[in-house]
Amino acid sequence: MPTIEDILALLTLRDYNTRLVITSTAILGAAAGLIGSFLMLRRRSLMGDALSHATLPGIAIAFLVMVAVGGEGKYLPGLLAGAAIAGLIGVGCVVWITRLSHLRDDTAMGIVLSVFFGLGVALLGVIQNLPGGNKAGLESFIYGKTASMVWSDFVLICGAAVVCMVMCLLFYKELKSLCFDANYARSWGLPTGLLDAMVLALVCVVVVIGLQAVGLILIIALLITPPAAARFWTHRLGMMLVLSVVIGAASGYLGSAVSALFPRMPAGAIIVVVAAILFLVSMLMGPARGVLPRVWRGFVLQHSVLRQHVLRAFYEMNESAHEGELTEVEQTQLSIDRLMAARSWRRTQLLRALRAARREGLVEVASASGGDDENMDGRVYRLTDQGLVVAARNVRNHRLWEMYLIAHADIAPSHVDRDADQVEHVLGDEMVARLEERLRREYPEVLLPKVPISPHVIE
Amino acid sequence: MSGTIQKPVIDNAKANVDVIATGQEHPEDSPLSVHDLTVAYHRKPVLWDIDLDLPDGKVIGIVGPNGAGKSTLLKACMDLIPRASGRVMVYGKPYKKQRQLVGYVPQRETVDWDFPVSALDVVTMGRYARIGWCWPVTRSHRAAAMTALDRVGLADFAHRQISQLSGGQQQRVFLARALTQEAQLYLMDEPFAAVDAATEQAIVRILHDLRDAGRTVVVVHHDLQTVPTYFDWVAMLNMRLVAVGPVDEVFTQVNLQKTYGGKLTLLDEAAYAVSREMRVKR
Repeated sequence: MPTIEDILALLTLRDYNTRLVITSTAILGAAAGLIGSFLMLRRRSLMGDALSHATLPGIAIAFLVMVAVGGEGKYLPGLLAGAAIAGLIGVGCVVWITRLSHLRDDTAMGIVLSVFFGLGVALLGVIQNLPGGNKAGLESFIYGKTASMVWSDFVLICGAAVVCMVMCLLFYKELKSLCFDANYARSWGLPTGLLDAMVLALVCVVVVIGLQAVGLILIIALLITPPAAARFWTHRLGMMLVLSVVIGAASGYLGSAVSALFPRMPAGAIIVVVAAILFLVSMLMGPARGVLPRVWRGFVLQHSVLRQHVLRAFYEMNESAHEGELTEVEQTQLSIDRLMAARSWRRTQLLRALRAARREGLVEVASASGGDDENMDGRVYRLTDQGLVVAARNVRNHRLWEMYLIAHADIAPSHVDRDADQVEHVLGDEMVARLEERLRREYPEVLLPKVPISPHVIE
Repeated sequence: MSGTIQKPVIDNAKANVDVIATGQEHPEDSPLSVHDLTVAYHRKPVLWDIDLDLPDGKVIGIVGPNGAGKSTLLKACMDLIPRASGRVMVYGKPYKKQRQLVGYVPQRETVDWDFPVSALDVVTMGRYARIGWCWPVTRSHRAAAMTALDRVGLADFAHRQISQLSGGQQQRVFLARALTQEAQLYLMDEPFAAVDAATEQAIVRILHDLRDAGRTVVVVHHDLQTVPTYFDWVAMLNMRLVAVGPVDEVFTQVNLQKTYGGKLTLLDEAAYAVSREMRVKR
């Protein structure tokens, strides 16, 4: 097990080699997160997968060619050039197959991906059987091998990342237009084909520089996961790009750091796992589209709906007892049983809502009557001054909606209660103000701001 | 005025096209002039030999049954889909040279409304052609977009993410985007699809304002009832052009019969036969 000392040394990048590897993978993650965003928004994510798998035969062929001309087979720039060319040929094949056969592009990508990868594996087998030394290690491009990274790799990754960043900043507006509505972009003269090619070329660059670090199978995760995670946090493209870059970089940084702590943990795999964890967290917590914020918003809404119902029950039951508008003095106190009869709610639900309303100072236990903390059922409740104000406002909003629905949505007065229930809690003050304005024009006789009379019988 | 065709080798589909002739081919002042246009999807023709010269400063409806090629006609005019044959001229020149004069409103369903942009962002895209490559969006462009949003009644929704808009509002965002282009000719693909009655009236008012300001508006439209009130001219389309001209002259029972009647199954079959033939030849 690594000690605290080890971890600190690693995270502060004290050692030259780890420094090199960790910064390289972090920058790679950032570049992938950036260009991957556009790939995802253009709905071409799988194209990246096809492209990365298609690089393998390129690596093998480059090796064979370099050996054949008498050079060093494992000359890295040569191998990477081969990978890039093969990747782009793979993409070309996808386009060509879809055009020619009218197959859907996911089918074409599946074909290209598997055929190219299979070809690559076969060629690696051929290379293994060749006479002569120094042919081991080509397979490391499949899963990546951070340990083999050197200074020149770092420089290459930095250069590629800068190119990606400059292109995305320079053509930000054009890429945005392309990804949102390509047909419209073409109608005003954007060369969409050229821009698509540029995006794929940049993806190709990222794939190629990522070959050593994470390998050609897992690089797609670094292209897709950060933007997908970033989307949960924001509704704005610029912010999404920034977050995607940050998430990509964090995945690269943490992933390679963890793999450096534990021997025989492949960095590529750990990086992908970290990215997946960040994705999961984003999916749960992201304020824009995450699961938990949505659940929370639902919970808050439910709570406020219940509170409004309780207050309205108080108000309406008092109203029927007094035939008219309520004042604080003559308020009838209500027992749990009376309240239970007002609406079809569960007892526990009602008690919970009453407790919450008491905490908020809207409802109080009338002291005059009996009942103590042990015997909740015997208690009687009444609205506080503040509660009365809030309740009157709630009832008023509810009735305004009812009147609106009866007049404009053709809903029968006997059914309007439920329908108004559904809208009144969702719509904010602005809507209520508009509603008022409208109703004031249509029913000048209904006295606003007083509480209008219910348009239906209250049971 | 039928039979304005001079070509000796002619298909009979064309012979009974009811064209209000403008006299010359591709008149300079015609905002949109289409000559001999044929479009094929997967080698099956969907538009046959369309010939039309649209007048300046009118609101023009394109009507026809589903699959008549209405949207295809618009797209072919803007080079968004390849043409099998034919020429399209915008104010006397090829579309490529006249892009800045044309504003486009695509169908609402063609884009992903979950895209992370605000209504204002989308409308600002209408200015991108003017802003030019690589230049950033400036405040003045955003102000222009805001004006357009205000014109369609959505100023309050400028900063809303587009998925949080209703269908009618999304449609108006698209309209506002085209308005910021400040074009001479507007091509709109079903701007009334799935919008409520109030929105529809608001859009119609804007279309008529555009016309009164001397612009030409071409609208793919579904609802035949509203054609006489909404449009000055109408083009009736069903794979071929049945009739084009002022609404009170060509929007007749006979032409509607021709456009929507079952007669065209024959043409459809012919299209299949041709496509089979072409495939065999290849």
